[in-house]
Amino acid sequence: MKSVLFLSLALAAGGVLASGDRERELVRLVRQDCGSCHGMLLTGGLGQPLTPEALRDKPAENLVATVLYGRPGTAMPPWKSILTERDAQWIVERLLSGFPKEGG
Amino acid sequence: MRWIAVLFGVLLAGCSAQAPLGLRGTGDLGIVIERASGRVAIVDTSARSVLARVEGLGDLSHASAVFSRDGRYAYVFGRDGGLTKVDLLLARIDRRVIQAGNSIGGAISQDGRLVVAQNYEPGGIKAFDAATLELAADVPAAYGDAGKRSKVVGLADLPGNRFAYALFDAGEIRVTDLSDPARPKTATYPAGTQPYDGLVTPDGRHFLAGLFGEDGVAMLDTWQPELGARKILADYGRGQEKLPVFKMPHLRGWAVAGRKAYLPAIGRHEVLVADTADWRLTRRIPVKGQPVFVMARPDGRQVWVNFAFPDNGWVQVIDTQTGEVVQTLQPGRAVLHMEFTPRGEAVWISARDDNAVVIYDTTSFARVATLPADSPSGIFFTTRAARTGF
Repeated sequence: MKSVLFLSLALAAGGVLASGDRERELVRLVRQDCGSCHGMLLTGGLGQPLTPEALRDKPAENLVATVLYGRPGTAMPPWKSILTERDAQWIVERLLSGFPKEGG
Repeated sequence: MRWIAVLFGVLLAGCSAQAPLGLRGTGDLGIVIERASGRVAIVDTSARSVLARVEGLGDLSHASAVFSRDGRYAYVFGRDGGLTKVDLLLARIDRRVIQAGNSIGGAISQDGRLVVAQNYEPGGIKAFDAATLELAADVPAAYGDAGKRSKVVGLADLPGNRFAYALFDAGEIRVTDLSDPARPKTATYPAGTQPYDGLVTPDGRHFLAGLFGEDGVAMLDTWQPELGARKILADYGRGQEKLPVFKMPHLRGWAVAGRKAYLPAIGRHEVLVADTADWRLTRRIPVKGQPVFVMARPDGRQVWVNFAFPDNGWVQVIDTQTGEVVQTLQPGRAVLHMEFTPRGEAVWISARDDNAVVIYDTTSFARVATLPADSPSGIFFTTRAARTGF
């Protein structure tokens, strides 16, 4: 019953569903592993900055596709063997609104 | 980019200081980057212990370090453009400047007088007086007609206070002569698509830039620069589909053992071996994942390899006599870096997600010690001070 309530709250809030544990994993993955090219603070490195300002004009669905399928001709790899579409949507939403800190 | 000039300021650390490490040499000291907390741990490779921690180094994701030639100071290059001179004996920041917006590492000159940073933003290299961290030279990596600036990778020191580096966006190798820092002289060599990192051989002669955008490595013989950069190990994966590369390989480290060079293949679970006499591919060694660091033990008998996500819990050891993997280890979660003790009897390995530095005996492969560290990444020992390319 609780989980149904949580689920509907999450959906009502417009959030893409991800469990607390998975969210923590994704935050760590983005900060640490995406961070190896984009920087731990996501301010960019060999890869583009992933701050809300840097991504402002990019449609969310394009960003989700970039995460899952990579960008041929660049160093951005496809993450579809690691991330589900739902994971990618959650990551993109959080990137656009300001990505959470680890343990925060 | 005016703001960088505005931000450029020297921060002198606190005044009074006892010597917390006492009267001692620095030959067995080093630092471990604690990347998440903007801190370095000063370590003793004889006692296998952490002696002190120094805070306040900024964003240390992808941080690296070089050492003054007296082995007393570490120069730490942070992602946020911070360049911090850490006094190992006083265990404190000696000086610190913010020299760029986004930085990726650096090098120190043959004579130890210049510390040079390689920058992504604004793209180029900058040289600093090693004593004061005052700016000595600013060499933008401008390319093309529109005055664009490329991200710089692979910076390595060459004899004669020269520095070799590669331009990721422009596909070039450049060599800048800083023997007179007021008048830098730069030569340019077309290299190939998307050089991602570089290294210089231990004799300071050959500069290699790994290519991401095509199979192969660009090689410049700095004794015969008029020949230009040529492609070696080209087409090593012809006709095969590349695997995703979740982390760029790094070409730093002792990648040369005896007369062979050991290099990571891109998008393949292989280490490539080239003969340094003619730079021909002699072997492809299958390994557990996409290699990140491929480092020879100082005596050249072994090559240790770690891997990109998701195989980053493994380390493999290649015996250079047989060319085969002889050990597969699991030091911990998210292995980011390895550093050999000065003569190689032990190797220190950072396991970021276990918050530990794990020390192995390189003969028995026994785990001899584990030190706690907060998200450790790079490990750098003072022996680098005396080596070209470090």
